[in-house]
Amino acid sequence: MKKYSLNLLLVVFAVLLLVSAHFRWIDNYIQIVVMTIGINIIMSTSLNLVNGNMGEFTCGHAAFMCVGAYISSILSVFCFGSKFGAPLFPAGSVLIVFPIILLIGGIMAALSSLLVSIPSFKTRDDYLAIISIAVNYMIISALENMDFIGGSRGFQGMKDTVWAMIDIFDGPWMLFWVILFTTFTVWVIRRFITSTYGKGVNAICQDEVAAEIMSVNTNKIKIVNFMVAAGLAGCAGGLYAHIIGYVNPQSFNILKSTEAMVMVYLGGMGSLSGAIISAILFTGLLEVLRSQAIIDGLVSPLTFMFPDWEPSAGVIKWVLIPLLLVILMQFRPEGIMGNRELSDVFPRLKKFYRFK
Amino acid sequence: MMTQAQIQTDTTPVLEISGLTQRFGGLTAVNDFNVKLMPGELSGLIGPNGAGKTTVFNLVSGFYQPTEGKILIDGVPTAGLRPHKVTSLGVARTFQNIRLWNDMTVLDNIRVAQHYRLGYGFFHSVIRNRRYKQRETEIEQEANELLEVFDLQRYTEEFPKNLPYGTQRKLEIARALSSHPKLLLLDEPAAGLNSADVKELIRLVRWIHEKFDVTIWMIEHHMDVMMELCNQIKVIDFGETIAEGNPDDIRNNQAVITAYLGDDNI
Repeated sequence: MKKYSLNLLLVVFAVLLLVSAHFRWIDNYIQIVVMTIGINIIMSTSLNLVNGNMGEFTCGHAAFMCVGAYISSILSVFCFGSKFGAPLFPAGSVLIVFPIILLIGGIMAALSSLLVSIPSFKTRDDYLAIISIAVNYMIISALENMDFIGGSRGFQGMKDTVWAMIDIFDGPWMLFWVILFTTFTVWVIRRFITSTYGKGVNAICQDEVAAEIMSVNTNKIKIVNFMVAAGLAGCAGGLYAHIIGYVNPQSFNILKSTEAMVMVYLGGMGSLSGAIISAILFTGLLEVLRSQAIIDGLVSPLTFMFPDWEPSAGVIKWVLIPLLLVILMQFRPEGIMGNRELSDVFPRLKKFYRFK
Repeated sequence: MMTQAQIQTDTTPVLEISGLTQRFGGLTAVNDFNVKLMPGELSGLIGPNGAGKTTVFNLVSGFYQPTEGKILIDGVPTAGLRPHKVTSLGVARTFQNIRLWNDMTVLDNIRVAQHYRLGYGFFHSVIRNRRYKQRETEIEQEANELLEVFDLQRYTEEFPKNLPYGTQRKLEIARALSSHPKLLLLDEPAAGLNSADVKELIRLVRWIHEKFDVTIWMIEHHMDVMMELCNQIKVIDFGETIAEGNPDDIRNNQAVITAYLGDDNI
């Protein structure tokens, strides 16, 4: 019972979510927020693998999301869209082909991570951060200059795939895929880092020299770890592209990478449950601060003093969230969970679930 | 290659170094260093500060690539091999300043040192098939056994940083042994230990030497440790070998005394 309690809880939650989305008990807006949370969970847990567990400092995670988004969008249009000629596959096969498309996007993103992981053999910390930012720019600029996929105007047409799914059964398909891939991500990462093989990643974080001397093939583990992280981010990109139905290179710029980083540091380095919790909190916060009424309330002392000033939520949000980060780093630099899992913080939870 | 080396185990030296030279820019850290360690030997390497002892260890463990010279581990040349490969040939070492993985449990520290013979990869760790489960149980069992013989089993779930200094030293040696070495390099194992701990360490090294059937080569500044443990000692100074022999010879060797205490005529 203990072994399956968490799985059961997740299944019940997922079914509840899907059913309520299907019968319109929750509206489209809430659905989009839930899907964004799912994508952000993938982004933060996968980045946590590199920045938290391996202790490297990369800030170009959105680049891999971008690769995944573009590759899966293009494939998706080829397979089911009409933009590049007749669809390759009949619309009926979409439910089998779509996850494969997402995975191919992930694999290509994983391969693109070699651009960061090979330099990481020799460089660490700030220098690797610069490399990862450079890779982020490289990928975005390359895509902006590819006119046959829209260049800086962006690329669209993936909605055909979603409609093909809706033709089969009229339900919240993207929500389903997001839930599926989020669970898949957490499952893969959890299993990877708790195995002795994956603990090599932690060993590299804490003392790379000792790891290499104690027979850990550090270069290989780095490549594998970067590939897993980038591959999962690529899947997140594919999902994102199909939810929005439009991708633009600039939506995967350094700001997006920073968002993922903020979630990792907010949750606590190297804590999987921390990354999940912070992804939920951060996405929630972004949505809450979107409301003009709340922003007006928060800045009312200032607007009282300067009556001419009319702050807009979209701007003030990006003042308040970085401010929150500054405060967090001052008073709780280790993040919400701080390198511990939920069951370490609340040992009583161990009685109720086991997560492997 | 391995099987051939295993057949020859009795006749080939565990470690054979010939003409080893290491230059860092203009500085010759080690010059024409030769040594031959037969299986089962317990031998020492001493020298004043900066003599190049740790450099020799770094060269043997593959951390540096030698400028000149050859290193054979059990008959297998290590030229061009990365440190983890050298470790898988059967060399394990400890460090002058303890380098445990401080935020991993004691058990994990021991487990990860078996990385080169895990026998499974990333996909096995995700799928968790039978091979993975079997190997993981074996690894855990072996780690627990090792902790038990080292009398560390009550610290299994503890973090190394919370352990007393002497216990950390012990754990580092246990971690090194976890990789099944033929040759164990101890880099100043008694550094920072008090006299009671040093006595314990002497007992420990001797016990490891007998129990684990391992060749030990150690660097140490505590002369009493060296005199008591080693049957063969090599002295180097400024990268040059200045003396070698049994402890008594070394004690009375004029060159060694000069190297440590300086010349009479200043």
